[in-house]
Amino acid sequence: MSTPTRSLSLCLAALLVCAAPAQAADDIRLATTTSTENSGLLAQILPKFEAKYGAKVRVVAVGTGAALKLGENCDADVLLVHARPLEDKFMAAGYGSVRKDVMYNDFVIVGPKSDPAGVRGGKDVTAAMKKIAASGAKFVSRGDESGTHQMEKAYWKDAGAQPQGAAYVSAGQGMGQVLTMAGELQGYTLSDRATFAAYRDKTGLEILVEGDPRMFNPYGVIAVNPQKCPGVNHKGAMALVDWMVSPEGQQAIAAFKVNGQQMFFPDAKQALKPAA
Amino acid sequence: MDLIEPTLDAFRLLFTGDPKLWRIIWTSLYCSTVAIALIAPFAIALGFLIAKVHFPGRRALVITVQGLLSFPTVVVGLTLYMLLSRQGPLGFLRLLFTPEAMIIGYMVIAFPVLVVFTLSSVQGADPRVYETARSLGAHKLMAAWTTLREVRFGVMASIFNGFGRVVSEVGCSIMIGGNIAGLTRNIPTAIALETSKGEFAQGIALGFVLIALALGINAVLSFIQGEGGMT
Repeated sequence: MSTPTRSLSLCLAALLVCAAPAQAADDIRLATTTSTENSGLLAQILPKFEAKYGAKVRVVAVGTGAALKLGENCDADVLLVHARPLEDKFMAAGYGSVRKDVMYNDFVIVGPKSDPAGVRGGKDVTAAMKKIAASGAKFVSRGDESGTHQMEKAYWKDAGAQPQGAAYVSAGQGMGQVLTMAGELQGYTLSDRATFAAYRDKTGLEILVEGDPRMFNPYGVIAVNPQKCPGVNHKGAMALVDWMVSPEGQQAIAAFKVNGQQMFFPDAKQALKPAA
Repeated sequence: MDLIEPTLDAFRLLFTGDPKLWRIIWTSLYCSTVAIALIAPFAIALGFLIAKVHFPGRRALVITVQGLLSFPTVVVGLTLYMLLSRQGPLGFLRLLFTPEAMIIGYMVIAFPVLVVFTLSSVQGADPRVYETARSLGAHKLMAAWTTLREVRFGVMASIFNGFGRVVSEVGCSIMIGGNIAGLTRNIPTAIALETSKGEFAQGIALGFVLIALALGINAVLSFIQGEGGMT
């Protein structure tokens, strides 16, 4: 190898080493669902925590299923997810040390302006799902076993009907991509309100059904159990859990707005009393 | 994590003819094969021309095509998405989220691979093959055909490479195919989905299926091209 070539490859090697982001030991690895990341919530509230606690939070945004799996495999310190039955299973198996309610948002049925199934203005999710199934209009499903997909399946079960064949598009992708696809195919889909707010202008879809109490979507925050995963940053994880349910964290969540509309509603038990 | 059990499960589903799994495999195979078959004649012809004909701007063209080898497939997907979207100029074709859209994407991705590999194998061939054919009275096209036959292993390698690149590709497939179950879900996008569900072992099992498929196709093509392919 000639000298210029060698020095060039040395430079490249040095560049690669330096370019790898240095991960400090007290960094907190948060595995969460795409809804909290895509909506912009985390970008607004986490810097407040980081400034107070003095550590960086590294966010991995995946589906609830994958987030829980990362916790099981000790690849995350703390989880922020929304699929209560799966969370309970996770806790029962001893993978988490603490689980706390932190906030909720709600699901909405969105669809094209033309609304071929005529569900606009409805408040009953079951009735709306029945109408969509009967109309033969396209429904785009997450199809990825995420928290949103679990909810959708429960609604179809209650409705006792489901779109058949080509009318049921199982996308196997995240909320953002599914909303984009529903816009392209002029179909209906079930979305959390926060992600939809970020995609409304891009997709041209509208909220057609909202406000059914069965469409509430509670989020839990879980610290990964250090007894199962000795390597986790449990101190950092507990600091984040405690901050999220503290009056300060709860206020930060309530203050997050998209287009002037509140997206997540704090519901940590100890934060019900007004902050001092 | 247990890998053996899900892998065995995947192969069990394969041999019991599970329709969902076979549909995924068929989508992968169909889109990749059709794309390569459609684009290969043009790409090989262009590769040959660049190797044999000296024209102004040739060097710039070679650099461009070689550079395109590093073009991220997701950017190919994104560009096609913007063209095929309802709001895009070709939206009226209603091609978005169809296997045909994936085939178009694969043709774009495979094109530079086929051109560059053909180019280098023709350049590596003995130039006397072409000249001898010409001096024996062969037409230009006939002489070109003789040269390509002479370097057929190199041309086959370009096809293997192009096929390998598109059959394992996920970024473009998911952008313009949409990973729709029973329509555009192929092996790589199914693996991405299993991963997002946290079913890592299932993802790996599908990965083994993809490898088995690639080995099978390469074995068949090697058999067709004869003994030389084994060296």
